[in-house]
Amino acid sequence: MVDIPTRRRPLALLAIVVVAQVLLLAFQVRRTARSEDKQVPLIRYWAVEMIMPIERAGSWMVSGTSGLWNGYIDLRHQRAENIRLRAENGELKLRNRALETEAAEAQRMESLFEFRRQHPEAPMLAAAVVGSMRAMAAARVIGASADPISHTIFINHGADDHIRHNMAVITPDGIVGKVVEVFPHAAQVLLINDRESGIGAMFAATGTHGIVKGTGEAEPQMDYIVNDDKVQVGDAIVTSGDDRIFPKGLPVGVVAEVKHSSPFQIIHIRTSARLDRLEDVLVLLTEKQLDLTPATESPALTPKPPSSATPAGAEKKPPAAAVTAPKASTPAKAAKPAAPKN
Amino acid sequence: MSFAFTPGIQSQENVEVHKYYTGTIAASAILAIVLQAFLHKYGQWAEFVELPLLVTVYFGVSRRNPASGLLLGAAIGILQDALSHDNPIGLYGIAKTFVGYVASSVGARIDMEHPLSRFGLVVVLFHFHQFVLAATQRGLLGRPAPFFNLHLFIASLASGGFAVLLFALLDRLRRPA
Repeated sequence: MVDIPTRRRPLALLAIVVVAQVLLLAFQVRRTARSEDKQVPLIRYWAVEMIMPIERAGSWMVSGTSGLWNGYIDLRHQRAENIRLRAENGELKLRNRALETEAAEAQRMESLFEFRRQHPEAPMLAAAVVGSMRAMAAARVIGASADPISHTIFINHGADDHIRHNMAVITPDGIVGKVVEVFPHAAQVLLINDRESGIGAMFAATGTHGIVKGTGEAEPQMDYIVNDDKVQVGDAIVTSGDDRIFPKGLPVGVVAEVKHSSPFQIIHIRTSARLDRLEDVLVLLTEKQLDLTPATESPALTPKPPSSATPAGAEKKPPAAAVTAPKASTPAKAAKPAAPKN
Repeated sequence: MSFAFTPGIQSQENVEVHKYYTGTIAASAILAIVLQAFLHKYGQWAEFVELPLLVTVYFGVSRRNPASGLLLGAAIGILQDALSHDNPIGLYGIAKTFVGYVASSVGARIDMEHPLSRFGLVVVLFHFHQFVLAATQRGLLGRPAPFFNLHLFIASLASGGFAVLLFALLDRLRRPA
């Protein structure tokens, strides 16, 4: 048995604790590099399950107290009206986004039809989007990571509320991030400005595709844009759908700064969603399976007048699911998907 | 609230060890983590004050026991890592282990009741914490991390100022002698 002098015992204990944590670090790094295991480490699970009820209670108390104060007597009606208008505004923004996407798709289909009309001898394969239906759940942000390096938030819905890994999280203003960890009653969301984040995106005007990567700072960057592409401050950036997490056409942000570099430009983005002021978010829960129309019998090969206004083989897309923004003092509930209109 | 500044090296027998009610240290540590996570969702200004670090320094200095100081730092740091996403567990743990050890070693030798002493100690330990954190990230994880920059310097001053108020508040949790 090693006899450690009393004066040296704290140093020995320090060495033991530090070495143990270094080995723990090494084990975790080795495991991550070796496999695609997505399981949550047990200590993380315990820590989150211990902290989340306190966070939820604190958030409830703060929102309850502020709700009671702000809704007192003559302010009550203004607050109710404000909540109603915010919810309506959020719905209108989502609907506007869906309509803009439909309009853009109709324009693309018209170009395709025009090309087909001019070149009837060229065989083509047409694919049409039959339709997609999305269900959304409103959730409240109840906390964030406890260190300045990570950019993550915790929401008050988890596995019991049908939240799953890699679900997209948005606000009516723009995208926020994706679900990376799911617990029974909470979920952790990786924000788009975290350095581990990468989003498939494109410029709204030109359609140039790139990747929006978080850097750990407040503003993410757009990567893989060559110097030949003209990019200006203020250019709008939307999701491209390439990552299969965010649907196409959702606002990401606008260009805040552009610098030429080798081999790609350095483009800083000011996000559309206020990532430092998140209170209520929407989680995209499900997407109906897309159905591609077979090419040989595709009506797209038969020219139709553009005035029919219907892309070949496609049903009219349903509007985005209507979601009511949650009241400040009540827990958020999942929204019902809108029924497709014929 | 009176403050006594007694600089210079003193023997351990002359330095008072403060005792706290049962559960005070654990509750304060958990509350610091919860508040840090809660405030962090309101933006970057919350990054200027790191409550878990301040709690580690305070109880390390007050208890004046290097063994308990480093264990407290390790526990708080590991809990902080567990609540992050891409930080491996042990990153903040190692840094706060060192901070807890140094704080309790300093507290065992110097009486740190004066607000200026507390301010200075927190500023120094903030940068020491950042140094260990950056060294660990660079050496073990291969991540670029700053040792020192203007943002960190401002954060250290903000933490030091906030620590003076926080420590005065935590002094009220001491068990009377």
